[in-house]
This record gives sequence, C-alpha cells and structure tokens, in this order.
Amino acid sequence: MNGRIEGRVRRVGDRVNSDYIIASRRKRETLDGQVLKAFLLEAVDPGFARSIQPGDILVAGRDFGCGSAMEVAATVLLAAGFTVVVAETFARAFYRNAVNNGLMPVAVPTAGCLEGDRIVIEHEAGHVTMLNARTGVRVSGSALPQPMAAILAAGGLVPYVRRHGRLPV
Amino acid sequence: MAARTISEQILSAKAGRGVSAGDVVVCAVDLVVGTDASGPMAIDCFERMGGTRLYDPDRVIFALDHYAPPTSAETQAFHDRVRSFTKRYGAECLRVGDGISHQVLVDRHRVAPGQLVVGADSHTVTCGALNLFAIGVGSSDLAAAMLTGQVWLRVPETIRVALTGNRSAGVSAKDVALAVLAEVGTDGADYRTIEWTGDGLASFPIDDRLVLSNLAVEMGAKAAIGPFDPVLAAWCGPTGVAVEADRNARYVREVTIDLASLRALASAPDDPGNVVALDEVAGVPVHMVFIGTCTGGRASDFREVLAVLTLAGGQLAPGVQLVLTPASADVERALNADGTYQRLAAMGGQWTTAGCGACCGTSGVIPAPGTTVLSTANRNFKARMGQPTAVIYLASPATCAASAAAGCIVARPENGTRV
Repeated sequence: MNGRIEGRVRRVGDRVNSDYIIASRRKRETLDGQVLKAFLLEAVDPGFARSIQPGDILVAGRDFGCGSAMEVAATVLLAAGFTVVVAETFARAFYRNAVNNGLMPVAVPTAGCLEGDRIVIEHEAGHVTMLNARTGVRVSGSALPQPMAAILAAGGLVPYVRRHGRLPV
Repeated sequence: MAARTISEQILSAKAGRGVSAGDVVVCAVDLVVGTDASGPMAIDCFERMGGTRLYDPDRVIFALDHYAPPTSAETQAFHDRVRSFTKRYGAECLRVGDGISHQVLVDRHRVAPGQLVVGADSHTVTCGALNLFAIGVGSSDLAAAMLTGQVWLRVPETIRVALTGNRSAGVSAKDVALAVLAEVGTDGADYRTIEWTGDGLASFPIDDRLVLSNLAVEMGAKAAIGPFDPVLAAWCGPTGVAVEADRNARYVREVTIDLASLRALASAPDDPGNVVALDEVAGVPVHMVFIGTCTGGRASDFREVLAVLTLAGGQLAPGVQLVLTPASADVERALNADGTYQRLAAMGGQWTTAGCGACCGTSGVIPAPGTTVLSTANRNFKARMGQPTAVIYLASPATCAASAAAGCIVARPENGTRV
C-alpha cells in the first residue's frame, strides 16, 4: 500500500490500554462511536476528546491497546476522526481490531515525537517511514504484513469477507 | 520433519499442513465464544458480512457475563440482541448468572486438549491451561469465525516458562503468575505463546493452572498452554489426547521460576505490571476487598478466603466492604453445598451474581470515590472498576482475605495478621 499522510501529533505514553481508550462502563451504555467519542481517552486526559482537530494523528509509546480485546477501542478512535495510529509497539488484539476496521496501525519508534509536532507518514513497498518536521528525524518500520494489508485495503474485515466470501490467505 | 512447539502442533493440525512460527495460516476453529460485551458488535459484523447461517451452531456459544445482571435498558437490549441471535441461528446462549464464558467452558468440559478456541474476550487465554490453543479476539474476528469456522493466525513463537520446586505456605498461583509477569514483563509475551512446564507444576491443580494462563494475557501473550500431565489427564478422563512439544522444539526465550524462593506479591496501581513484594505495600488501608473474576473467583479461592478469614478471627475490619462474586454457577453451587457461601455471608461478605462482577465496572459493586480496592482480579488500570478516583491493588485470595480482616494490606497473609 502506497500513500502519504500528514498531520499534527497527539501524544500519549506507554501502556495506554483499551480501557483508557474507552472505558468499559461507557461501552455499557452504547456502542455508537459518535456518542462514545466524547469519552475517548478520558482516563488519560479528560479534555482530550474536545481538543481533537481534523488531521490529528495519535502517537503512542509501547504496547498501545493492551488489556481488553474490546473492538470499540478501535471504532471509537475512527469515530473521533483518527485514521492512523502510530505507536512504538501495539498489543496484538488491538492491532487486529484496528486493521479489521480500516484503522491503520503504524509501528515505528516514537520517542522523539512531542505533542503538536507535524509528522509525515509515507508508505512504500515493504516499509513505512515517519518524518518529524520539527526535528527533521525520519524513522522507519515494516509495512503491514499480509493478510493484514489486504484487510486494511478492503476497508476492514467485514467488507473483505462480504466481498470475497472467505478469509484472506 | 521440523520439531514443533505445542502451538505449532495444534495450529498445524488445524491448518491441515505443517506450519512453523512466523507462518500465516487459516485454521479450523473448534469453538467460537462470544459475550454480552463483544457479542452485539459481532452480531452486527456477522450480518454486515452477509451471514445467514453459522458454520456450526454446536460450536458457537455466548455468555451473558459482563452485564450480570443487566441494570439498564441498554444492557437489557444487548442481552436481547444476543438471545434472539442465538435462538434464530440455533447456538447456545448461557443465562445471566451462569458465569464467565471461559470458566463455564471449563466447568462443563466444553474445551479439551488439542483444540483451537476463539473467544471475543481477552481472558479466553485462560482455557489454554488445559493443553489447548485459546485466543482472545475482537468482534470482527469473532463474526468471521462464526460465519466461516476459521480464523487467520500468524503462528506465534513460544516462551517456555519452567516452574521448579515447591511453593511455601501462603504463596498462591496468583503470586506465581505475578512473579512470571514481573520476569517476562507486560509486553514481553506480545504476539507469543507461553508454554508452562517444569516439575513444580505437578502440585498445581487445574484451578491454579487456569490462574497462570489467565494472567499470561497481562504479559501480552496470544496463548498460554499448560502441559498434558497426570493432573490434566485425570481432569479429562479417558477421552483426553495429549499435545506435547517435540524434544528439539525452538523457543525464543526460556524462563525458570524457582517456586521455593517466591513470596506473596501484589500489583500496585495502575498497572498489573507494577509487581511489588507485599512488604512494600503492607499497611495501605483498604476499603473494598473484591474476591471474584476469572483470575480469583473459583471455589478453591473462596474456600481459601474463608480459611484465612476464620484464622484471622472471622471478622472484617471496621469499614471494609467484602464483595464476593463467583466466577460461575457451578462455583456458586459448590460453595453452597459445602457451606462456604453461607459462612462468608455470615461474616459480612456481600455475594453478587456469578459473572465478571465488579472487575471492569460493568456489573456488581462500583467502588466509592477516593477509596482503595484490593482485588483478586487481573487488571488495576485507573477507572477499571468504574470509579476514576479509586485505586486498585491486585493480590491473591489469601492476601485479600487477610487484608480484609486487618483493614490494610498485610505483609504475611499466611499468618492472617497485620505484619
């Protein structure tokens, strides 16, 4: 998958678990992302949801999305306007859930990224790079492996299965 | 032929060809497990995929465990959605109060060695203790599995964790699991399987093994697989067929835990990975003590709680709320039968409906603002129990019980006293 995405860094730290992304008690009231997005990352920063602007890119530390496998953690990020999540590493269930919903996970070193930095993410065959416009530092990571790339290209697992009538691979 | 880990063996069998770590495979699923939390979205995904029938209704089961009981119109509607879906397509739906999905599977022997189990609950990995490959997934993957009977997986590398020697008094399976968590790290097993091995496991009954595999997900593990040994063989009966790693199977890491050197541990707020010796947190006042969940809500846990509380004088410290939630209806029946249920109630324990209870703030008791909770559960993230200003410590059932009697976290739970 080739492409270029530019945006403003919204920085969170290590071990942002799925309960922090969206609390289980919120999910109890509704699964509607348009409602739940008001509570996105409230445990990390109660003002976060209100401060999101179009084009923002969430940039996290290690083990983003650890804990519960709840899929609303991915769908709420999408509802809030994020199409890409960058992290040093991702927990496996969140990683699957993101791809399964068309939310692109980008795994690259994020230590030099600060809140508000402008970054450019570029996908080329086999790898992905992230350029920080403030520091000039470019980091890279592996591109999404198959079959995840195929699922993401289809817009998620639901559209993939609807179109192909089977799983990828 | 390549030497294979247990994961590689099970996934080879389910893929219909020999596979090794790193391969991406499509596998046949033996059991698909949904809950009231993940199920409504999975049902929506299933319908949007164009699903009109389940691949095998006998291999799909839903539990109503996260909202047990449902205390709002919304959660009632989630339950109605799951019940009507399972009725329409002929799958089983457990009742409110039957218990936590993965515990019910164990209670009813719906899982067996060699199986591939896919559950939309991260703690589905618990079942791996029974020598099978059980993974937690989200709702989309669950829907695809219900529809196709398959899941795609990257065959994981394996970390072998050997438990050697014997535990001291007062050291529970929870303490052992926390010691492994401290050693492996909270993301040390990301994308990997943990295989449990070692002579020390012989003294771990099935309940204890379930605790080990349960907490492996807090290390990031994809699966956590126990050995097929005489303890598991006895549990399985004559139908059990072992899956064993080949002698030269490759492991990415080998960890050895000397059980004799372990002492009771706790996880301090706000991460299960904040593992500390009890001495470091002894004396912290506790307001709510929660015994329950798929980590610490089995019959053996409540019996230990009763024994420790009895030893400590049979009374809760003033101001301590003791909340008790059986992991399943079978657990509750066993505790009723031997009187544990009644005796803990007489000491002031508050029993709630079997299921997930207060663990993730979706049913049961919500902690009061600003209070400290000591819990037998598996996660202590901020606001995890539905109260952003409460802090949560995790420990063994014995530590929780001794602390409930003392009114603060104790350093020596085996003594049932304050220090």
